[in-house]
Amino acid sequence: MTAARKVRIATASLAGCFGCHMSLLDIDERLLDLLRLVEFDRTPLTDIKTLGTRGPCDIGLIEGGVCNAENVHVLREFRAHCKILVAMGACAVNGGLPAQRNHLDLRDILSEVYHTEAGLAHGGIPNDPELPLPLNEVHPIHEVVKVDYFLPGCPPSADAIWKFLTDLLAGRTPHLPHGLIHYD
Amino acid sequence: MSEQTFTLDGQEIPFATGQSVMQAALSAGVFIPHLCYHPEFRPHGSCKLCTVKINGRPATSCTTPAAAGLEVESDTQEILDKRRTLLQMLLVEGNHFCPSCEKSGHCKLQALGYELGVMTPHFNHFYPDRPVDASHPDVLLDFNRCILCELCIRASAEVDGKNVFALAGRGIGKHLIVNAESGKLGDTDFALTDKAAQVCPVGVILAKRQGFAVPIGQRRFDAAPISAHVDEFRPVAPQAGGKP
Repeated sequence: MTAARKVRIATASLAGCFGCHMSLLDIDERLLDLLRLVEFDRTPLTDIKTLGTRGPCDIGLIEGGVCNAENVHVLREFRAHCKILVAMGACAVNGGLPAQRNHLDLRDILSEVYHTEAGLAHGGIPNDPELPLPLNEVHPIHEVVKVDYFLPGCPPSADAIWKFLTDLLAGRTPHLPHGLIHYD
Repeated sequence: MSEQTFTLDGQEIPFATGQSVMQAALSAGVFIPHLCYHPEFRPHGSCKLCTVKINGRPATSCTTPAAAGLEVESDTQEILDKRRTLLQMLLVEGNHFCPSCEKSGHCKLQALGYELGVMTPHFNHFYPDRPVDASHPDVLLDFNRCILCELCIRASAEVDGKNVFALAGRGIGKHLIVNAESGKLGDTDFALTDKAAQVCPVGVILAKRQGFAVPIGQRRFDAAPISAHVDEFRPVAPQAGGKP
């Protein structure tokens, strides 16, 4: 008889600042408890680059909104391989700070940054084929794929992430009481 | 004279003649979510968050006069779901970025989101292009967060006697404007001491040079949810209920 497989978690930061990942690490010693229950698939924490090569993934945690073509690709890959997809943090939930460019024209923004703004190098708008193309607007991830759970906060506190994950791992619908649910 | 009562989620609520269902509930210490209601102003009935079922029919509790024997439902799954949807529609219609908002922690829209467990805006965001007005020496206007509750309009007209604010446009084009030829707050006689500067439930009317002065953890709704602040919303004096 084989031992029960550990729950497999993958994470990614799209148009985010990695603050939510820092908050995940901020659960401190509870990481050891978590690692008894889970193993990590693709995530910046393990540096595993491809998703799903170790088998199906149970939980995908997405930090950040969708601001460029690569974000769309990564997000769709996560949706395809993860049974449960979670929008982790304000940017994944509502676009967050990057989405504050949405009322501006993308061409004007790039022109301002790379051509006209005083004090910059005026090196021209980068067009290296390695760079993913920016989208006209930054989108919350639920506007691109089906999302199962939302964990707001900028970032969600370590306690909020811990409560959320332990609820989920115990088979409960995650519930954040007052003090753990935050939009800021 | 025997006390007049109605029932709210099965609880007997006493009321005085002329009180609305909302006023009677708040007086009895029962919180009903609301944004455009303010204890010092006539009811407005526009945000619809205080919608309850009265004898089986939906009605805004802030504009419905209390009457003996009414059966009012408020804390039910059906009503709570509708309130969550209303909040979600408000959140996507404006630009509500809490992390960079000075009102965060003091904001009633945000506090009601927490109260009702709104985890996602659900709908597609509008990301409207709305201006800010920094022309006034003491006050910043950030129209991105306006929910059209008209509290500043009512306060400026009824208390301050200045008529600084108004709504213009119709439907989705409706927006808050400043009554000045230039449209700028700096060209009005608006003052930070005006009642209208104190009543915004969200982060539109902000005092300059005070942002983020209160640390996280000590802000208005940090320690306890908005429903625990019910005392702050009790009617301040007997006033006429019913339609404004």
